Amino acid sequence: MSTTANGHRLLEVEDLVVHYPVARGIVGTMTRQPEKLVRAVEGISFSLDRGELLALVGESGCGKTTTAQTVLRLIDPVGGRIAFDGRDITTLSNKTLRPLRRRMQIIYQDPYESLDPRLKVHTTIEEPLVIHRAGGSKTQRAELIRDALERVELTPPDLFLDRYPHELSGGQRQRVAIAASIVLGPELLVADEPVSMLDVSVRAGVLTLLDRLREGGLGILMITHDLSTAARFADRIAVMYLGRIVEEGPASAVVSDPQHPYTKALLSVVPSRDPRERSQPQILTGEAPDAVNVPSGCRFHPRCPLAVDDCRTIDPELERVGEARGHRAACILVRR
Amino acid sequence: MSSLLEIEDLNVWFDLPDGGELHAVQGVNVSVDGGGRLGLVGESGCGKTTTALALMGLLPSNASAAGRVLLDGTDLLAGGEETMRPHRWVDVAIVFQGAMNALNPVQTVGAQIVEALEEHGQARGRTARAQTGELLEAVGIPASRASRYPHELSGGMRQRAAIAMALSCKPQVLIADEPTTALDVMVQAQILELLDALCRDFGLALLLVTHDLPVVAQLCDRAAVMYAGEIVESGPVDSLYHEPRHPYTRLLFAATPDLHGGDIPVSIPGSPPRLDRVLQGCPFHQRCDRAFARCTDERPLLKPPAT
Repeated sequence: MSTTANGHRLLEVEDLVVHYPVARGIVGTMTRQPEKLVRAVEGISFSLDRGELLALVGESGCGKTTTAQTVLRLIDPVGGRIAFDGRDITTLSNKTLRPLRRRMQIIYQDPYESLDPRLKVHTTIEEPLVIHRAGGSKTQRAELIRDALERVELTPPDLFLDRYPHELSGGQRQRVAIAASIVLGPELLVADEPVSMLDVSVRAGVLTLLDRLREGGLGILMITHDLSTAARFADRIAVMYLGRIVEEGPASAVVSDPQHPYTKALLSVVPSRDPRERSQPQILTGEAPDAVNVPSGCRFHPRCPLAVDDCRTIDPELERVGEARGHRAACILVRR
Repeated sequence: MSSLLEIEDLNVWFDLPDGGELHAVQGVNVSVDGGGRLGLVGESGCGKTTTALALMGLLPSNASAAGRVLLDGTDLLAGGEETMRPHRWVDVAIVFQGAMNALNPVQTVGAQIVEALEEHGQARGRTARAQTGELLEAVGIPASRASRYPHELSGGMRQRAAIAMALSCKPQVLIADEPTTALDVMVQAQILELLDALCRDFGLALLLVTHDLPVVAQLCDRAAVMYAGEIVESGPVDSLYHEPRHPYTRLLFAATPDLHGGDIPVSIPGSPPRLDRVLQGCPFHQRCDRAFARCTDERPLLKPPAT
């Protein structure tokens, strides 16, 4: 994994906290009900290097999407620090952030919503260049647009330049969205469930494309609920539960040697393609509590099959576990 | 064991606004034994959901169907809505993806199940309410939640409620169309475990319609793979995975990532053919990695593989 040109890690996040107020409604406001908070992200730390694909995995409500959006300052944190290429961007104004935004881009889940249906492909890809006043002359931009289409394997580019989104398949639309996100030459790409709305037979191609872009030096933070995808395509995996990272490490280590009880349970219930692989699933009861009512101590303890008394009061930190370097888990019962 | 549900030569056409016709289901033959679990697998547009809707007589008005759907010997399609209605929910029931399709948002969950019981002559008043409580418990919802509205329940709970509704009239066949697709993996595991238990306990035949191969591998003993409106391969799930005979089956498995190894998943290039025009040759040949001369001209028929 490499550092940026300035010798820094591409992205460093420390103790990030993001809260949303829960709407009280008029009665609540007038009777001065105490404001309740959705504690979406409660102190997470991680880093991402150039050329690395980190998968942030977890179930709905765990805070992974909030984290992704906060990292790009699309949402503002209430605590913690975000550093991009060594520079603290946590509280920078939008004006100051603007030039930095060229270097960090995002693609979303829905290939049918991410493209403006009124714009042809070449206009969609040109838009970021126009907004950031980049790319040089019209001819030079045309070259960049062609190049972006080649890089996302929509070839020959001429075949796609004048198409409208409705003339493209879901996979092609997602590639156009990726082309628009890389045309400025960013160093960081946040991909929020980039393939979950695509047909299975099409997903691998888009993921392999992201993998190739990663090889070219792009750092990718991928949000996904699909553990199998994370297992096969990510360099590292961070597992989130109710606003915290409960386990992180090299993808192979987290998947084949999970340490945290939640990770173990989660992996055990992922069905396999092979009907002969019917290992004993550890099905947890109920669902994760909402982020307004976070349990005391370890937030996983009410559902944890291994919970002991101390788990109700101790809020565990991430500590080194297992054999692999960089493998950490937050559980008092798992120690190196 | 004789087949409980037999679909013979099912065809479904949709009228298109421009006057054309979309041949969405093309000669599908499938059977499910009592107590059996069949997965109907395929990607978007392959015709699997249309097939499921045809079985329930729930196709939209611009659709026409031909063929036979034999439930315990009775052809449900023979006399249109008249023949179908007495069997719908009572003999064949369906659960959809995202239970909000089945659940009325302005009625409590309990009231909806009571209504279903009463409408189909299963029970009335107090008996209906008691049965509703039992049904909810059977799907893992505390009976006290009967007074909740759908939006007050979590996604997993709503899906359980939809399953309770589908089972209320004690059908013999349960069709589940992408029942866990929108759910988190842990909730999915809970629902699949529930379906497994209910099918066993109530002796249901299950037709699981989904794009999710691993879910089929886990829950079903047999599967039929659909592509461009037809079944391209069917058999025991074990055979489909370990000895696929149709290139699409093999490539579809190869495109599906697995937690514990296997090669890096690979996409299938291209897209499925349009079904609003007559196809020449094998519908898969343009995307197939084994296509040869005959594939462009001949339409292959479904038959047992050469040994």
